[in-house]
Amino acid sequence: MADPAVPLPAGAGAAEREALGPRGPKPRHVFSRRNIFLYGTLFVVAVYYLLPLYVMVVTSLKGMPEIRLGNIFSPPLEITFEPWVKAWATACTGLNCDGLSRGFWNSVRITVPSVLLSIAIASVNGYALANWRFKGADTFFVILIVGAFIPYQVMIYPIVIILREIGLYGSLSGLVIVHSIFGMPILTLLFRNYFASMPEELFRAARVDGAGFWGIFLRIMAPMSLPIFVVAIILQVTGIWNDFLFGVVYTRPDTYPMTVQLNNIVNSVQGVKEYNVNMAATILTGLVPLIVYFISGKLFVRGIAAGAVKG
Amino acid sequence: MSKSERPNPLFRNLNAKVASIPMILTASVVFVGGTLWTVLYSFTNSKLLPRLNFVGLDQYYRLWATPRWLVSIENLLIYGAISLVFSLVIGFLLAALLDQKIRFEDTFRTIFLYPFALSFIVTGLVWQWLLNPDFGIQHVVRDLGWTSFSFDPLYNSSIVIYGISIAALWQGTGLIMCLMLAGLRGIDEDIWKAARVDGIPMWKTYLFIVIPMMRPVFITTLVIIASGIVKVYDLVVAQTSGGPGIASEVPAKYVYDYMFFAQNLGQGFAASTMMLLSVVIVIVPWAYLEFGGKKRG
Amino acid sequence: MAAANGTSVSIQDLSLNFGAVSVLQTLNLDVAEGEFIVLLGPSGCGKSTLLNCIAGLLDISEGRIFIKGKNVTWEEPKDRGIGMVFQSYALYPQMTVEKNLSFGLRVAGVPKDEIAKRIARAAEILQIEPLLQRKPAALSGGQRQRVAIGRALVRDVDVFLFDEPLSNLDAKLRSELRVEIKLLHRKLQNTMIYVTHDQIEAMTLADRIAVMRGGVIQQLDAPQTIYNRPVNRFVAGFLGSPAMNFLEGQLEAGSTFKTDGVSVPLERYAFDGTERPTGACVLGIRPEHIAFGEAAKSMPFSASGSVEIVEPMGSDTLVWTKLGGRNLSFRVEAERTLRSGDPVQFGFDPARASLFDAATGNRL
Repeated sequence: MADPAVPLPAGAGAAEREALGPRGPKPRHVFSRRNIFLYGTLFVVAVYYLLPLYVMVVTSLKGMPEIRLGNIFSPPLEITFEPWVKAWATACTGLNCDGLSRGFWNSVRITVPSVLLSIAIASVNGYALANWRFKGADTFFVILIVGAFIPYQVMIYPIVIILREIGLYGSLSGLVIVHSIFGMPILTLLFRNYFASMPEELFRAARVDGAGFWGIFLRIMAPMSLPIFVVAIILQVTGIWNDFLFGVVYTRPDTYPMTVQLNNIVNSVQGVKEYNVNMAATILTGLVPLIVYFISGKLFVRGIAAGAVKG
Repeated sequence: MSKSERPNPLFRNLNAKVASIPMILTASVVFVGGTLWTVLYSFTNSKLLPRLNFVGLDQYYRLWATPRWLVSIENLLIYGAISLVFSLVIGFLLAALLDQKIRFEDTFRTIFLYPFALSFIVTGLVWQWLLNPDFGIQHVVRDLGWTSFSFDPLYNSSIVIYGISIAALWQGTGLIMCLMLAGLRGIDEDIWKAARVDGIPMWKTYLFIVIPMMRPVFITTLVIIASGIVKVYDLVVAQTSGGPGIASEVPAKYVYDYMFFAQNLGQGFAASTMMLLSVVIVIVPWAYLEFGGKKRG
Repeated sequence: MAAANGTSVSIQDLSLNFGAVSVLQTLNLDVAEGEFIVLLGPSGCGKSTLLNCIAGLLDISEGRIFIKGKNVTWEEPKDRGIGMVFQSYALYPQMTVEKNLSFGLRVAGVPKDEIAKRIARAAEILQIEPLLQRKPAALSGGQRQRVAIGRALVRDVDVFLFDEPLSNLDAKLRSELRVEIKLLHRKLQNTMIYVTHDQIEAMTLADRIAVMRGGVIQQLDAPQTIYNRPVNRFVAGFLGSPAMNFLEGQLEAGSTFKTDGVSVPLERYAFDGTERPTGACVLGIRPEHIAFGEAAKSMPFSASGSVEIVEPMGSDTLVWTKLGGRNLSFRVEAERTLRSGDPVQFGFDPARASLFDAATGNRL
């Protein structure tokens, strides 16, 4: 092979230059066929994914007359926030007409303690499974993970009985317990794998230093695990906020979470359908998880990947 | 002499055992106990209250003779097939597109994934609105002059389940894409370099090298999609409430309605046991392949 | 017991099983006070496991462990009077160096001024005073390992346990810290038990080396004894780099070693027993014990051959030739310029060789 560093002898023909081929960086075409296809496809798909959100927003900002006459995709001619106010404060669900605000606060009262309790239980448990293995622990853990695949429908009625026995059926505390139970498999797995991936020697060093079960957890492990706690919080906040089934089974109308109330507002058969109010209510319900999603960014992806890829 | 004897094993590691009590209770009482309880009571004629009055397989005979249950099963199969095929294909294609070292990758991923943050209730209500024949897509297309255009899946009992599937795919493909993307990123860069040196076209590299290497990712994804299919409930409730008529009923809704509205607990238990059975049929071969295989290896 | 000043750590009939797998088998080991003992062996030989058992980080299946005459078999690690240094340093990443050093003392409720005093002393000995307010992430590998040693130091204990402390460092730092650990031992006069797979660390640091394989101590002796009189073929092959040459052959009438046309007279070889065995055996000779050129002629055994390949190592050169059809390596000064195919004369004194039973591998 000719060494490209050696200059061609004087008088070398054009054919010889040609044979050596081009030099320098490869030319790049921004508008190559590949790029047009690539970005074109991605753009079309992105529009498809964004369209429902867009329609929701524009519908919620229109008045009913405009909705009846116009096109769901067209932007509002006259922006009105009245549907939002109505959805929040005065929309009717069955007996009471105080809007989604009641459901919102119920959901807050359900989500906050459920997230805290489930993460507290699962993190300590995952730590025990990773670092303080005892006989039989893995058996229960396997049952727990396998149990995550059992359809909820199989277990909802026995739980109704248990909650009724301890006097928590229909109360928010009962629902908090249910969320903690069903959040346990995935969270325990998440924490167990995380703690197991931490260097074992760190745990041993802490033991030589004399720290015990709780000392090592609170002073060494937990401070090192902030990312996984954030992932768990994201996972739980969105999961519990979005729950419908447990809300409808284990609460009463005055303690219904936001999703259940939203469904009752939109799908109620009485009265004239107010699509703008419905869409405003829908956005309001989706707002909390959406905010969590957009703030958390990559951690959300990590959370669902961790939540999804089991074992 | 202190502690020269082996301590009682029951009290060794006591803190860890205390910390595991919630797990032990959940696993044994709720998961195992609850499941066995439901299966046991599915053989009774419990109505409003659970009673141990055994009637053998009566509930199951009645279940499989109920048109609503048969429709539910048929819907679940159609919905399941669509979900599996389309979320895998679309999810993988989107992931492969995003894996081309494109600009704005984060933006695109954020857009594809955001529906997954929304609940099925919100998803169902949005698509109910979009598919509303009087205002939604059908109306808009007709306004454009194509007056015979018809697209009203939610009001047409023969295609209503497809309308629900559209919403489900919109909500869930982002997740599959993310898992696939993680799988693609997990593949050694050198594989791509080797394929390029060997002059293998990109689509062939994907088809014959990359996809086979992503087998574990595909299997986990499959399990996730499958367990999601069986649980489908909220979406139907929000989008159609099972209608028109009973055209979009699903098993989970059947269970709920029989347990809490029809006051026919026995039917509900039998139907939920059938759901459990279907999950077992999916999970056991997978678990055998995944974990049984590892022990041999 | 060789130690004049009492036993520091005593391990009696220790066994450890994980389910059906036996990791350590009825192991006995006495470590004298102030002794530096190295547990040496390939990975999976149980040396780290043994150290973790001594530390109380693993529950043993059978046997007893005494530290300073006290039965600590079922004591918590913190109550055993040990300090431990780990391979990965195991520094708490969210704490500064000072907090890392003081963590154990704070847990134990040691008064503040006492903590400060001990940290100051440890920091001075290890020359890490300027690092005290930094986090581990801001330290180099060598500095981290110093801090890890400091954490053991502040505990003011009798026994130091080192679990491959230098394995994560590059070659240069490793030799520097090796010297520091040796100096530290001379200064503190503590008992130290040191696990490594690096024979140079073992040879340079140890008062005695315990070579382990398969959960059993193969040989426990001073470094020179282990090097020169390995008890079996495994120990012989594990120590020494470049490795010992092994020649399979026959022992005839207890006085000659024969293999493919070569016979080595063994009059000068010191057999282990008084019996003169016969039969299949293996002759081991270290490359540095083989003489070359003129010097070879005066050896009780000498032979000639041709150079196969030459491996220059810098300080000297390793030459490969054949003896009785088998590969044989020996060392020559780096100045010698040999090439493949050159004829060579080489020889050795069987007194420096080792003979092993071919079947059991034990020294004859």
